[in-house]
Amino acid sequence: MKLTLKIWRQENAKAKGAMKTYQIDGIDGDMSFLEMLDVLNEDLINKGEVPVEFDHDCREGICGSCSLQINGEPHGPDRLVTTCQLHMRKFNDGDTITIEPFRATAFPVITDLIVDRTAFDRIQQAGGYISVNTSGNTVDANAIPIEKQNADDSFYAATCIGCGACVAACKNASAMLFTSAKVSQFALLPQGEVEATERVQNMVRQMDLEGFGNCTNTGACEIECPKGISLENIARMNREYLSAVSKG
Amino acid sequence: MSELKSNIPEGPLADKWTKHKNDINLVNPANKRNIDVIVVGTGLAGGSAAATLAELGYNVKTFCYQDSPRRAHSIAAQGGINAAKNYQGDGDSNYRLFYDTVKGGDYRSREANVYRLAEVSSNIIDQCVAQGVPFAREYGGLLDNRSFGGVLVSRTFYAKGQTGQQLLLGAYSAMNRQINRGKIQPFNRHEMLDLVLVDGKARGIIARDLVTGEIERHSAHAVVLASGGYGNVFFLSTNAMGSNVMAAWRAHRRGAYFANPCYTQIHPTCIPVSGDHQSKLTLMSESLRNDGRIWVPKKKEDAEAIRAGKLKPTELKEEDRDYYLERRYPAFGNLVPRDVASRAAKERCDAGFGVNKTGEAVYLDFKSAIIRYGKEEALIHGNHNPTDQEVYDYGKKVVENKYGNLFQMYEKIVDEDPYKTPMMIYPAVHYTMGGLWVDYNLQTTIPGCYAAGEANFSDHGANRLGASALMQGLADGYFVLPYTIGDYLSKDIRTGKIPTDSPEFDQAEKDVRDRMTKLMSGKGTHSVDYYHKRLGKIMWNKCGMSRNAKELQEAMDEIAELRKDFWENVKVPGTIDSKNAELEKAGRVADFLELGELFAKDALTRNESCGGHFREEYQTPEGEALRDDENFSFVSAWEYNANPREAKLHKEQLTFENIEVKTRSYK
Repeated sequence: MKLTLKIWRQENAKAKGAMKTYQIDGIDGDMSFLEMLDVLNEDLINKGEVPVEFDHDCREGICGSCSLQINGEPHGPDRLVTTCQLHMRKFNDGDTITIEPFRATAFPVITDLIVDRTAFDRIQQAGGYISVNTSGNTVDANAIPIEKQNADDSFYAATCIGCGACVAACKNASAMLFTSAKVSQFALLPQGEVEATERVQNMVRQMDLEGFGNCTNTGACEIECPKGISLENIARMNREYLSAVSKG
Repeated sequence: MSELKSNIPEGPLADKWTKHKNDINLVNPANKRNIDVIVVGTGLAGGSAAATLAELGYNVKTFCYQDSPRRAHSIAAQGGINAAKNYQGDGDSNYRLFYDTVKGGDYRSREANVYRLAEVSSNIIDQCVAQGVPFAREYGGLLDNRSFGGVLVSRTFYAKGQTGQQLLLGAYSAMNRQINRGKIQPFNRHEMLDLVLVDGKARGIIARDLVTGEIERHSAHAVVLASGGYGNVFFLSTNAMGSNVMAAWRAHRRGAYFANPCYTQIHPTCIPVSGDHQSKLTLMSESLRNDGRIWVPKKKEDAEAIRAGKLKPTELKEEDRDYYLERRYPAFGNLVPRDVASRAAKERCDAGFGVNKTGEAVYLDFKSAIIRYGKEEALIHGNHNPTDQEVYDYGKKVVENKYGNLFQMYEKIVDEDPYKTPMMIYPAVHYTMGGLWVDYNLQTTIPGCYAAGEANFSDHGANRLGASALMQGLADGYFVLPYTIGDYLSKDIRTGKIPTDSPEFDQAEKDVRDRMTKLMSGKGTHSVDYYHKRLGKIMWNKCGMSRNAKELQEAMDEIAELRKDFWENVKVPGTIDSKNAELEKAGRVADFLELGELFAKDALTRNESCGGHFREEYQTPEGEALRDDENFSFVSAWEYNANPREAKLHKEQLTFENIEVKTRSYK
């Protein structure tokens, strides 16, 4: 198929960016969206132009590197997939596709379609862990039985890949879904309970410091999340937070 | 040819590690504060090593090319992690895990290392549960297990099809705790471009900030390379796009021997190639072979009809299907090891029974599993007379619960519903058993330079068993390296900070700059990918699932020629001092172009078949791998030469005192 691409080009963090239009031909429905961009870049290199920079790595939907706001939606029109697993069969011959970086104050653009998501790392560093040494000198793994439902819910929260689609989807650029997924993973496990009071407060404090907005329950994050992380996690984090604050 | 010293401790196999830990030197906590360690790579091995070293008190700097340590490719591991817990009471033990691993590796791994791995495996699970890793559990609240290829017990712990992700996030959270304490300084979006040696010891690295393009010097008392494997030398593999051999290869150029490069794992269950545009291949976890049955049509005309789209696989009667693994290997059936399963798929497809357009695919079918589970679930739900639809619905739910994310991934890529029609799969490059040669302490032949995880060679021999990569990465990082590196660092307590303004750092930085300038000055006819794809084709066709002397020699010549062409003509746009993905790729492909030739040479030198290394000249009448223990029971450790075909071979003889060396049979 033949496509028109409108792509955000920006030389570096300080430069002023702009949309640029490209024509591309010979795109096959079985290609992934990123393979389509590979074709564009190969073209650009052959023409002596600078290729489009975008983050990507595993290309199987799990590393969370790829991002891209495609036609206004994080990871494009398909549901429950990252951009690397979005296939061109979802588009039609002659389509115009707009490709922008994820937009949020806390995710400044580095170049072209690449944004800086280290704010997410700093939220995790503020408390996204259980303070246990890695010496291996701990109790047997089966010493504490965990109810299957809780273990499963904890797992579902932990499947967050940290891509930032939730932030890009939110009109407030809120990171509540991301932060609450980590808080929930630990809140649902007995191992995580010990530090629950501190953890939620520290992570929320860092989240606010990074300049993410607040949650107004529009639910856009849940719809756009490639891993289907549920809004329930935000509710759980709010409960955890309130109970932590009231404990003082 | 000289002999290599593996520094395996004396004494009975089961006591070696404990005895060694008691014998080696320790560094007192106050002195650890004065010692710096660099860790390159933040996957399971690097992330866990960094966290533990920092926790012990060392000052750690981590480096990864991704924007966050959490994105290292360990994250993509699907199926599980082995541990000899024997929770199922099915006869598992440290010895059995050791035995399975050595046998699975076709008797080409180092006995003492493998035993240690089995010994610490149970602890990994305890550790991860304590860190909040949400493993799959049974209704009683205890941990669940499943089986993987090449074993007769259920010892694999898992978190759906996302085990690697959960374990990596565990290691990442342990790192975060140390970053928050200031004990780990993370350098993300940084790539190691060279290793710096001072007085023959590894004392630092040259790295490039991938955002600004700035070249940086970082010193340390020891350098740990945990930078993963080199499967991307094939261009198409299940590795991440950025996975590369640069850190290991730079160390190799500086004197670290590279061991067994030809031992590469071709994974049997991957989504087949769909066209020339393909940039990477996607794995379908081996765990699927617990429940999926692999088959091709019995009759060639049926295969042809399927390829032409005239016949659907679901229309083929049971008696017209050839479940070739169950037929050839009744004892292990669909759960034979990966090398055996891959070759068997290739054999059927080469014989004309392949089932997709290209003829390079076989079926992985879940129908009987769905029915089996469905009947069981119906009974559990008190439904003693279920309809076919009810059985299907119940069964589908069970399968979905076990492998849901994999089925979804398959459907997104192939556009077919694997609950309704069998999956199509074909082997693809997945893991590299070869890597930097290390001794029992995980030290390379350069003092102070260590290698952990997939980057080293020691534990998997010529073929790795499923769910053992995660085990090895975390064993090395959490439990082995933090001990053994202390023995070396105990001699450095009076050394003080390593300066970065020495002539050695000057020279290394100059080498790096010269090399990048050279890469940028190609006369410019072809992109980096053009060369990478051509290299991949040579590797796949001539160094892939089966190899022979003639083609290996051709591969060496073709790669040498391609390398020459690359350095003269590669076109790298952009500049050195900015974000430049093409420049990053060019540096990596330049190393692959050297490694590829050494790979072919290694395969040519090894005149036997073992594990993933199958030489057509050496096979049994039934087409199974034919080892030559008398002449090839050694590790090939190569000393660098700028002309890879001139690389010098050093041998480490492998001795098996605790296991009888037999012909590997899964029949």
